[in-house]
Amino acid sequence: MDVALARAWVEAIAEAIDQHTDQLTQLDSAVGDADHGANMRRGFTAVRAALAEFPAETPGDVLVRTGSTLVSSVGGASGPLYGSAFRAIGKVLTGPVADAGQVLSGLTDGLAAVQRLGAAVPGDKTIVDAYTPAVAAFEQELWDGGDLRAAAARAADAAEEGMRATSALQARKGRASYLGSRSVGHQDPGATSTALVFRALAEVTAR
Amino acid sequence: MKKFINSAESVLSDALAGLAAAHPELRVDVDQKIITRATAPHRAKVGLVSGGGSGHEPLHGGFVGAGMLDAACPGEVFTSPVPDQILAATKAANRGAGVVHVVKNYTGDVMNFQMAAELAADEGIAVRTVLVDDDVAVEDSTWTAGRRGTGATVFVEKIAGAHAEAGSDLDGVAEIARRVNAASRSFAVALTACTTPAAGRPGFDLPDDEMEIGVGIHGEPGRRREKLASAKEIVATALDAILSDHPLAPTDQTIVLVNGLGGTPLLELYLVFGEVATALSDKGITVARTLVGNYVTSLDMAGVSITVCRADEQMLALWDAPVRTAALRWGC
Repeated sequence: MDVALARAWVEAIAEAIDQHTDQLTQLDSAVGDADHGANMRRGFTAVRAALAEFPAETPGDVLVRTGSTLVSSVGGASGPLYGSAFRAIGKVLTGPVADAGQVLSGLTDGLAAVQRLGAAVPGDKTIVDAYTPAVAAFEQELWDGGDLRAAAARAADAAEEGMRATSALQARKGRASYLGSRSVGHQDPGATSTALVFRALAEVTAR
Repeated sequence: MKKFINSAESVLSDALAGLAAAHPELRVDVDQKIITRATAPHRAKVGLVSGGGSGHEPLHGGFVGAGMLDAACPGEVFTSPVPDQILAATKAANRGAGVVHVVKNYTGDVMNFQMAAELAADEGIAVRTVLVDDDVAVEDSTWTAGRRGTGATVFVEKIAGAHAEAGSDLDGVAEIARRVNAASRSFAVALTACTTPAAGRPGFDLPDDEMEIGVGIHGEPGRRREKLASAKEIVATALDAILSDHPLAPTDQTIVLVNGLGGTPLLELYLVFGEVATALSDKGITVARTLVGNYVTSLDMAGVSITVCRADEQMLALWDAPVRTAALRWGC
């Protein structure tokens, strides 16, 4: 991953968020407070502006800047969670070009940052339910001899599978947790936006 | 859904501009989205900062002023403020004696205030964080993000604010704030969902003959849904939940808040208060102070929350102390 690919990834996420703003908000309306789509769009609109004139030398610069902008523009739980994740990913990618192993290391640190902040574990019906299988699938593909493109594609599939699996879960973290058993049957908005992030990575690495 | 807005994106800045125009005694920074007192106390008083998503007005901007908050940082609608914004409010409130953050227990608020407190510490500002988590509708905190902060926020901000105004030090202000929270319990019932400007339609469908029992303040549905009952029965349900969690003795004195969630007329709020007063009196519990009105709202949600605080003499004296804010004003 170089600077151009990192920029393309962030841009692809921003486009996906734009396209899915209403879907994310509808999902959040069922279990939360109906603002996830609007919040993510506000964040990535700010990220686009922040990156436009930003002279990045490494892919890490792009992603740290993305994370910092999310922290200072989104609010709610998504701001700190996504912001810290992108900052953590970016901090690993300090050379001009990162290989697939370094990207895996960054993604792993990003997941750790999310879990440190949100204290969620798989099964809580959160971002972590899409993020955890995605990182595991990414790693497995590298073990199987795949490259960044193959790993990203497999991670995106795993994230989407994890996202769909949140429907059957009862939420234990975040605002959906107050619904108790009534949260069952609704797909988690955070896991859904996480699946968009991984699908975007798969798309840009496949170009 | 019809709203008096210009655009969904500009709701918060347009509302802050209006607040500034209506209240010259406040200083409203529309760009940074912080509200402070226009005339700051000169002495080294402990600062009190609170914030959270917008849509709960008058919380928190309406409680900035002498005897209560030094600064408020409203986030987007139902979305907590961001760390930079909280830090700006903290710096504005800091008079050298440290700052207390009053934070409602919602995941986003807790995270953003935590990040801001770390940034403030880096700048040499001593911060104490007080979590408000009074909502007994959250029955099993082991499996949730914990009890939500709701109506007790008003009690915490008023009493801790008076203590800070009286010259208490940082730990003293944080201590009484935590004590007020620990002594307070709330329960809310909604008759309709609310509509956020961004979503443009009600957060959930609630048939005309049903109510949501145990809602929070973000339009999120409650724990269960039941057929609409009489005000007397609803009050009995709420007080049962409150008193079974936090038993009160006949010798206890209480401060009681009957709070509208934004779409309930005062006629109904006073009616509910009457039921609360009768029910507590039947149990021999003294209602020493009362507050009835819209203080912690949820946009246009029709609903009511009941908060009971077991107050000691110090809390009552601080409750009675003068306060001069946009939404709460007495004794001055």
